[in-house]
Amino acid sequence: MTATYTPATGLPTRGRRASLEANARGVYIIWYRELMRYRRDRARLISSLGQPLLFLIVFGSGLTASLGGGLKDQLGNVSYVRFLFPGIIAMAVLFTAVFSAISIVWDREFGFLREVLVAPISRASVVLGKAVGGSTVAMLQGAILLVLAPVLGVTLGPLIVLKLLGLMFLTAFALTSLGILIAARLQSMEAFQMIMNFLIMPMFFLSGAFFPLRSLPAWMSVITRLDPVAYGVDPMRRLLLGADLAPGIRIGNHHLGTAEDCLILAVFAAVMMLLAMRAFESQE
Amino acid sequence: MSSIEVVGLTKRFGPLTAVDDVSFQVEEGEVFGFLGPNGAGKTTTINILCTLLRPTAGSARVAGYDVASQKDAVRQSIGLVFQDPSLDDRLTAYENMRFHAHLYNVPGKEHARRIEETLRVVDLWDRRNGIVRTFSGGMRRRLEIARGMLHYPRVLFLDEPTIGLDPQTRENLWDYILELQRTHNITIFMTTHYMEEAEHCNRIGIIDQGKVVALDTPDALKRMVGADIVSIRTEDNERAAREIRERFGLETQQEDSRIRMEVADGAEFIPKVVCELGVAVLSVDLHRPTLDDVFLKLTGRAIREAEADPLSFMRLHGRLWGRGGR
Repeated sequence: MTATYTPATGLPTRGRRASLEANARGVYIIWYRELMRYRRDRARLISSLGQPLLFLIVFGSGLTASLGGGLKDQLGNVSYVRFLFPGIIAMAVLFTAVFSAISIVWDREFGFLREVLVAPISRASVVLGKAVGGSTVAMLQGAILLVLAPVLGVTLGPLIVLKLLGLMFLTAFALTSLGILIAARLQSMEAFQMIMNFLIMPMFFLSGAFFPLRSLPAWMSVITRLDPVAYGVDPMRRLLLGADLAPGIRIGNHHLGTAEDCLILAVFAAVMMLLAMRAFESQE
Repeated sequence: MSSIEVVGLTKRFGPLTAVDDVSFQVEEGEVFGFLGPNGAGKTTTINILCTLLRPTAGSARVAGYDVASQKDAVRQSIGLVFQDPSLDDRLTAYENMRFHAHLYNVPGKEHARRIEETLRVVDLWDRRNGIVRTFSGGMRRRLEIARGMLHYPRVLFLDEPTIGLDPQTRENLWDYILELQRTHNITIFMTTHYMEEAEHCNRIGIIDQGKVVALDTPDALKRMVGADIVSIRTEDNERAAREIRERFGLETQQEDSRIRMEVADGAEFIPKVVCELGVAVLSVDLHRPTLDDVFLKLTGRAIREAEADPLSFMRLHGRLWGRGGR
C-alpha cells in the first residue's frame, strides 16, 4: 500500500488541457449522479407519472363534459384530452426540471454540496453538470409519457420522437438553469414552496398547456409571451397534433415557428445558465 | 518544508472577528490539532485553509499553494472530512467513492484499485454496495475518511472527526487515522473540543475567541500548568517523608493518611520511590495536569464554561448568519 501512494500534486503539473479534461469529468459525474438518484427513486418515478395521468384523465374528461360546446369551437374535432396531451408532457418536464435543480437546496442542507464545492473543478462545471443531469432526467420523464400516445390516437414516427426528445431536453435545460439560479439563492425548503406557488405554478398555467393561447384577454396574452414554458408547449403540440392546433405564438403579426421557439428557449437557457454560474462562483 | 503556513490570518463576519491575526506552521507528516470551545474560530480557520472562505486579511499556504489565489491546486492536494456529513445518502458507499474519484480527477484505471484500498483501510469493503442511508454514524464517518484519502492528498483536514460517535468507535477511528498518517506520511490538521482526542496530536494550538493562545506539544503545554502530583500512603509516613527528603531532595506535605509531593515526571518517579523507600508503599496516586487545566489556566475558564458563554454563542451563530459561512 505504501509503495503505491503518490501524493496528489496541484495545478502546476497540469496543463490547460488537463484542467479542461478534469472539468469535463466533473460535469460527467455530476450528470451521472442525477441519473443514479433518479433510477433509485421509485417513489418519484411513480408519483411523477401518476400526476400527469390524473390531470389527463380527470381534468381532461371533466372539462370536456362541462365545457363541451365552447371547447369544440376552439379545438375543432380534436378531443380536449388529446389537446391536453402535449401540455401534460410539458408539465412533467417542467416539474421534474425544477425539482432536480432545487435538489441543490437539499444537497446544501444535508451537506453533500460541500463535497462538490470544494472539489478542484470550476463552479461553472458544477452548474453545467447539474443542469445537464436535471435536463436528462426531465426529458426521460417526458419521454415515458409518450407511451400514452397510441391510446390517445396520436401517431408517432421515429423522427417525431427524436424531435420531441430534443424539444423536451431544450425546454428542460432552460427550466433547470432557471431552477439552479433560484436554488443558488434559496436557503430553505420553505422558501421553495413560495417559489413553487408564485413562479412555477403560474408558469405552468400560462404556458398554454391547458388552453389555447388565442383569444385570451390582452393582459394575459402579454404574460403568456413572457413565459418560457409556452415556447416549449407550442412546438411540442405542433409536432404531436399538427399546426392547426398550434399555429405558433403570435408576436405582432408573425406566428413563431419551431426554430424560432427553440432559439428563444436557447437564449433564455444561456442567460439563466450564465447567471446561475455567476451566482455559484460567488458562493463560499 | 511546512505543509501549512499561516501568517496574520484574520476573518471578520460584519462586526464579529471570528479569526483574529492567527499565525502558525504545520510541518509535513505532523498531526496538528486545533483545540478550543465551539465558536472559538476552529471551523472558520479550516474553511479558509480549504478555500471555502476568503480571509479578510493575512495569508495561508497549504501544501505550498496560496489558499486565495491557487484554489484548485490547494483543493487537489487536500482531503477533507467535515464536521457535518457530506455524503450522498441515496447512493452506495462505492458510488460515493466513484463520484469523488471523478471529481478529483483520479486516473480512470486507478479507480477500482484505490477505492478498494481505501475502503479496506476503514473496514468498509464488505459494505461497499450498501446504501449510505442504512449506515451508522461511525460507518459514515469512516466512509468520509476513506473518501478524503482517495485522491491521495498531502494534507488531510479533519473537522471534529469523531463528534457524536461513541467512545469505542472514536478509538477505532483514531487507529485508522494514525495508521494512515504513519504509512503515508500525510499531514493531518484537525480540530476538536475533546481533550482526550487532542492527546493524539504531535502539537496542539489552543484557540479561544479567535486567537491562538498557546501552541506546543501536549506535554509541554501541560508542563506550563505545573508539575505532576504524586501522593503515596506507606506503613510509616513520617519515615517515608524523611527518606524522600534525603534521597530525592523533595519537600512533602502530609495530607490525611497520605504524603503528597510535586515531581517533574510522575511516571518515572513512582517506580523509583516504590523500590528505594525503606518502608512498604501501600498505595500510589498520580495526578498529571490535563489539557483541561491548560485551557483553564490560559483563558480563566474551563472549556465547557467557554461553550456556554454568550459571546462564543454569538461567534458560533454569527458564522451561521454570514451567508454561506458555514
